[in-house]
Amino acid sequence: MINTVVEQFPALIVTTGVFSAFTILILGLLSRKICYYIVLIVTAFHFILSIFTLQHVLTKGRIHYWFGGWRPPWGIEYVVDELNAYSLIVILFLGLLGIIFAKRSVEKEIEERKLPTFYTVMQLLISGCCGVVVTGDVFNLFVLAEVASLSTYALIAIAGGKALRASYNYLILGSIAICFYLLGIGFLYAVTGTLNMIDMRIILQNLYENKMVHVGFVLVLVGLGIKAAVFPLHTWQPDAYTYAPSAVTLIMSTVVAKTFVYALIRLIFSVFTVNFLELYINAWNLVPWLMGVAIIVASILAYRQNNIKRMLAYSSIVNVAYIVLGISFFNSQWSLSGALVNILNHAVAKGCAFAAVGAIVYKTGIKDVGALAGLANKMPYTSGALLISMLTLIGIPPSAGFVTKFYLAIGCLEMQNYLMLAIILLGTLLTLAYFLRVIEQLYFREGNSTQKEEVPFSMLAPTMFLAILCLAIGIFWLTGIPLEFLKKSITSMGVIFR
Amino acid sequence: MIEAIFEKFFQHYNFWAAVVIIFIGIYATIAKNNLFKKLLGLNIFQTGIFLFFISLGDIGSLETLGIGDATPPIIWKPAEERGYLYVNPLPHVLILTGIVVAAATTCVALALLIRIHKEYGTLEEDEIIELEAIRGD
Amino acid sequence: MNVKRDIIVDTTSKKMMPIILAFGLYTMIGSKGAGGGFQGGCIIAAAFILHSLIFGFIEGRKKIPESWNTFFKSFGLHLYCGCGLLSIIASNFVAEFLNYSAFWPIANLVGTHEARAMQVELIIEVGIGITVFAAFVSMFYDLAWKDDDELEDEVIK
Repeated sequence: MINTVVEQFPALIVTTGVFSAFTILILGLLSRKICYYIVLIVTAFHFILSIFTLQHVLTKGRIHYWFGGWRPPWGIEYVVDELNAYSLIVILFLGLLGIIFAKRSVEKEIEERKLPTFYTVMQLLISGCCGVVVTGDVFNLFVLAEVASLSTYALIAIAGGKALRASYNYLILGSIAICFYLLGIGFLYAVTGTLNMIDMRIILQNLYENKMVHVGFVLVLVGLGIKAAVFPLHTWQPDAYTYAPSAVTLIMSTVVAKTFVYALIRLIFSVFTVNFLELYINAWNLVPWLMGVAIIVASILAYRQNNIKRMLAYSSIVNVAYIVLGISFFNSQWSLSGALVNILNHAVAKGCAFAAVGAIVYKTGIKDVGALAGLANKMPYTSGALLISMLTLIGIPPSAGFVTKFYLAIGCLEMQNYLMLAIILLGTLLTLAYFLRVIEQLYFREGNSTQKEEVPFSMLAPTMFLAILCLAIGIFWLTGIPLEFLKKSITSMGVIFR
Repeated sequence: MIEAIFEKFFQHYNFWAAVVIIFIGIYATIAKNNLFKKLLGLNIFQTGIFLFFISLGDIGSLETLGIGDATPPIIWKPAEERGYLYVNPLPHVLILTGIVVAAATTCVALALLIRIHKEYGTLEEDEIIELEAIRGD
Repeated sequence: MNVKRDIIVDTTSKKMMPIILAFGLYTMIGSKGAGGGFQGGCIIAAAFILHSLIFGFIEGRKKIPESWNTFFKSFGLHLYCGCGLLSIIASNFVAEFLNYSAFWPIANLVGTHEARAMQVELIIEVGIGITVFAAFVSMFYDLAWKDDDELEDEVIK
């Protein structure tokens, strides 16, 4: 039984999301215009609910929601603690801005008769991602991840042309990933006999030396790694980001990517726990080095790209590598904080960058870096937003990206891993190198037209808002107020510092 | 000696079958050039996983305990009286969900393949890549 | 389209249709307890797919147009989700989603256990069945459908 209404909210977000998705499908038969407003209103409503959820979690403790009233090891349980609530807010906030941005962009890029289906699938995608974030059951995570992934395949393919093959590649790789995850769950289920995360964690405590658990861990890691585009499992990602419609790229790079990064963190820390990692610390120590390689290689690959969307896609791989680097130093609180902080920072910065690029594509159709010359005169606000987001991704203080790198650097110092510190600095320089190409084209080259042409307000507003947030969030983290919250989130992950 | 190995191998033959099916599936998914064959490989892979899960639920032939085969998970008085064990129904239910998900994935993939075929007139991956290169952006 | 149809196939499929439909319905709601919605929906979809295979797509499309299909897809899910949400609303936000026994209007009438069984059999299973049936039929049409212009040619003939 439920004590306060707020405890209903996590489940309500997922269920009403699915409910409204299919309402859109019916109402789309009557009127095509109404679909967009339903998605917008429902997602905004969900965002408000998620804020209440976070407030409840912070004041009254974590939420345990038993579906259908069945007790946990048997029924499906939704658990919301600090980390969940934080990720939920990030996802719904970026989803909301993405939907606001989508309206005009989609009207231009997609045929009108496909719009009801598009918004249905979009709503399903956001509900699926929310479900992945709030669920406390590993099998339920699989189902909701599939809901989100299938929606993503459809949304990428809606652009047609090259997006079809990109989507198909993602479908095959994504399905292999989810199958690996399912197989991993199978192994874990065989030894523990449970699917509930908390229950599994307790039973696994005595089984860390069991070979089935090792296999399960690796399979789960690889499966979610492919989904989250962790280097070197990222191969589907650049194509998918490049050829998808702008609004879909915006939502994928923020909502979907962060969902699976969250799932990775949750599975590693809340199911397998730090003790398991410490038992096999020699093997686990390969992960930070792999991420070091990822940061350098993906940055160089980004430098070689001409297509600006593809460049940003490689930059996403670098940022996911930062997050995984952060969680791989699990003994340092700063390093873990850096990983958690980057979930929001990267979502906001990359959301802003993709929104700005989407706006440029909407107005001018430019996709290559070389063709951007003199755009700052033509579209001053959009270019300004792109500039700020790029400075954030580089990590200029006091932007949000600086905080990530600052925390990670302190973490590396704490772990006395100076080479990794050098790699982070090198990564920053490489980021500077490839974004400088864009900035040079935007601001220091003469264009052929100086007439001002801005995108519609519904596209400009989310872009500018995200640009402002890039700075505001950086300053907010630097004030030190949220440190207590970050510490709580890390403890809620199950990490205990000595 | 050989008999013992033989017995050990065939005691869990369904798991071995699952392993073989999974590897055939992964091989087809990775190695085949035709996009449709990749999808078939994926389906084989998924089937292997389903077999693995269902084998988990089975508690096998319990002749060593002198009980006999496990019964289906249905409440049935005579079976209970004789102390029969029943197979675990949970993996079956999970796999029912898994099959639905697999069907949905297959359907989306087939729809994509139809559109790819309309666009390029072929399903061979290298030919599609060539055509893409010719068309440019 | 002007292929002469075989009388045996024609008659058999006509006679089989109601039987398949009845069997699907039985699988869906005939059994006591949960389960069967998905299978029942599949069987009912199979009946319609058989009809389309024998009498042609256009004839089949006349039986269930795409808009009806969309409606059924959503309606089934609304039944399921609505039942779950009703148990929250009816219990004044005290019970969980899909907590059948908290669906007071029925529970007060026939008792909580009976209410649970009734909802699973009559609402949840039917909801799942309708959605699955509509989804499979539309999957079949989407995958078997030719190009739109080819279709128009066929209609003209």
